[in-house]
Amino acid sequence: MSSLRADAVTLAYDRRVVAEDLTVAIPDGGFTAIVGPNACGKSTLLRALVRMLKPRAGHVLLDGAEISSLPTKRVARRLGLLPQTSIAPDGITVVDLVARGRHPYQRLLRQWSREDERAVRAALERTRIADLADRLVDELSGGQRQRVWIAMALAQETPLLLLDEPITFLDIAHQVEVLDLCASLHAQGRTLVAVLHDLNHACRYATHLIFMRDGAIVAEGAPAAIVTAELVEAVFGLACLVVSCPASGAPMVVPAPRRGVSA
Amino acid sequence: MTVRLGNAVSLRVRARPLVAAAGLTGAVLALAVVAIGTGDFPLAPGTVVGALLGAADPGAELIVRELRAPRVACALLVGGALGLSGALFQSLTRNPLGSPDIVGFPQGASVGALIVITILGGSGAVVSAGALAGGAVTALAVYALAFRHGGTSSYRIVLIGIAISFLLLSIVQYLLARARIEDAQEATRWLLGSLNGRTWEDALPLALALAVLAPLAVPAARVLRALELGDDAAHALGVRVERARLALVGLAVALVSVATVAVGPIGFVALTAPQIARRIARTAGLPLVCAALLGAALTLAADVVGQRLSLPAGVLTGAFGGLYLAWLLTWEWRRG
Repeated sequence: MSSLRADAVTLAYDRRVVAEDLTVAIPDGGFTAIVGPNACGKSTLLRALVRMLKPRAGHVLLDGAEISSLPTKRVARRLGLLPQTSIAPDGITVVDLVARGRHPYQRLLRQWSREDERAVRAALERTRIADLADRLVDELSGGQRQRVWIAMALAQETPLLLLDEPITFLDIAHQVEVLDLCASLHAQGRTLVAVLHDLNHACRYATHLIFMRDGAIVAEGAPAAIVTAELVEAVFGLACLVVSCPASGAPMVVPAPRRGVSA
Repeated sequence: MTVRLGNAVSLRVRARPLVAAAGLTGAVLALAVVAIGTGDFPLAPGTVVGALLGAADPGAELIVRELRAPRVACALLVGGALGLSGALFQSLTRNPLGSPDIVGFPQGASVGALIVITILGGSGAVVSAGALAGGAVTALAVYALAFRHGGTSSYRIVLIGIAISFLLLSIVQYLLARARIEDAQEATRWLLGSLNGRTWEDALPLALALAVLAPLAVPAARVLRALELGDDAAHALGVRVERARLALVGLAVALVSVATVAVGPIGFVALTAPQIARRIARTAGLPLVCAALLGAALTLAADVVGQRLSLPAGVLTGAFGGLYLAWLLTWEWRRG
């Protein structure tokens, strides 16, 4: 079952066509990672799935309905997004920023219901930043700040959460921290979709991988079932070995030694 | 602190901005009393308040109600509109320089007014219409030029605005240079932005326009809080980004138009008031109400000081704004 799917979409910016006739279904309850080389169209696909890019042809369907025809606030209660870049206003505290995730539920005269308060509290605890609640966002480390943005997306209380390169600018410890958080959100029943750069992280954390190249899907499925040296070479053009990760047993991609290059 | 009325109404109220707004309101009122007392025939604050409440001698009442109160009302309304407009512009562009002064609105209005005065030989309401048209065309041009790929980045708006302002300034210079001397004098008076000789006939339309526009700031503030986080985040929160931005630009331009048409360009109030208000109210993002109150206070203060020095208010706000800008660029941006 897929609440979110793209049906034969053509994605383009101005005249530049990024993908044509692309069909993809996001498995409900899965942790899907979209991987592929730079400029393969993975972020573009994500933008189309969250209705930020209108397909030139084809349909993006949320719960079976054309996503662009749904009221945007209703979409915002079903589907959350962690954008690649967001801006924290100067002098905003953690709790205030997280509270802005409640926007789709608020109205002019109902700006702060008990439900809002509960959701924000839960999001802070879920991301383990409750003790930072009154700190200024500017003062936090990169990893903490990313958890604040995730908390804001969680406060939106959407069953679907899409993350656009959530760990690209973090060091390895913070990458693992954020991915562990994603894994626990997934374990609680959320459907996650993340664009990831690191194949090994993707293999270890995701339950469903989508390999893209030149705007097309080359392979998709469970990591253990589809990740082979041939696939990685075909998608990334990298000669490699695929071994079993000693910690998790997931497939692990190791670049092959190159002739003439001593490691 | 949360105010609740059953399940339907729940509003969050913060102490600091509330206190700041109350303090600014007090300051504005006190300043108004001082302003009304200022002039060739000085009046004590007690007399001013008495005259406003209808408990003073007829002579004082005439001076206060008919001669001076309209001017003060104009200053407050114009300042409030400018402060609010500036806060909207700066929030939208996420840039403390993104005020109507910098993005070319007053320059456009000046060109419009000058064309009417120096070429068409018009005066009064026709000058206002010219200013309105000039400002609106400029705002549209800046927005249209900044609009590309179905999205408008805030940096583009500011940079294109600066380029267009310079272009318009040179047109202003040209029009002044080729004008007849009497027209040039009249034009310069308009360009300086003065509150001299304002009557209730000037203040009432201004008040009416603001009564329509100002309440729109309430829904605007809600959308701004989402837009501040970046276009993608706002989108994710269910805001139709381009449509919301266009509506907010429209509101901000309408506010600055109303003010500029009424008294000419009063420089830098829209630039400075929101930033100072934010420092007083200590909010994340720009406080719209405090910005409007501070705009009113700044404009009125400039007019009071200007009367003492026989200078138009626009000259003083310009000088103050220049100092502020220098401070912003040297201190704030060194820190960031």
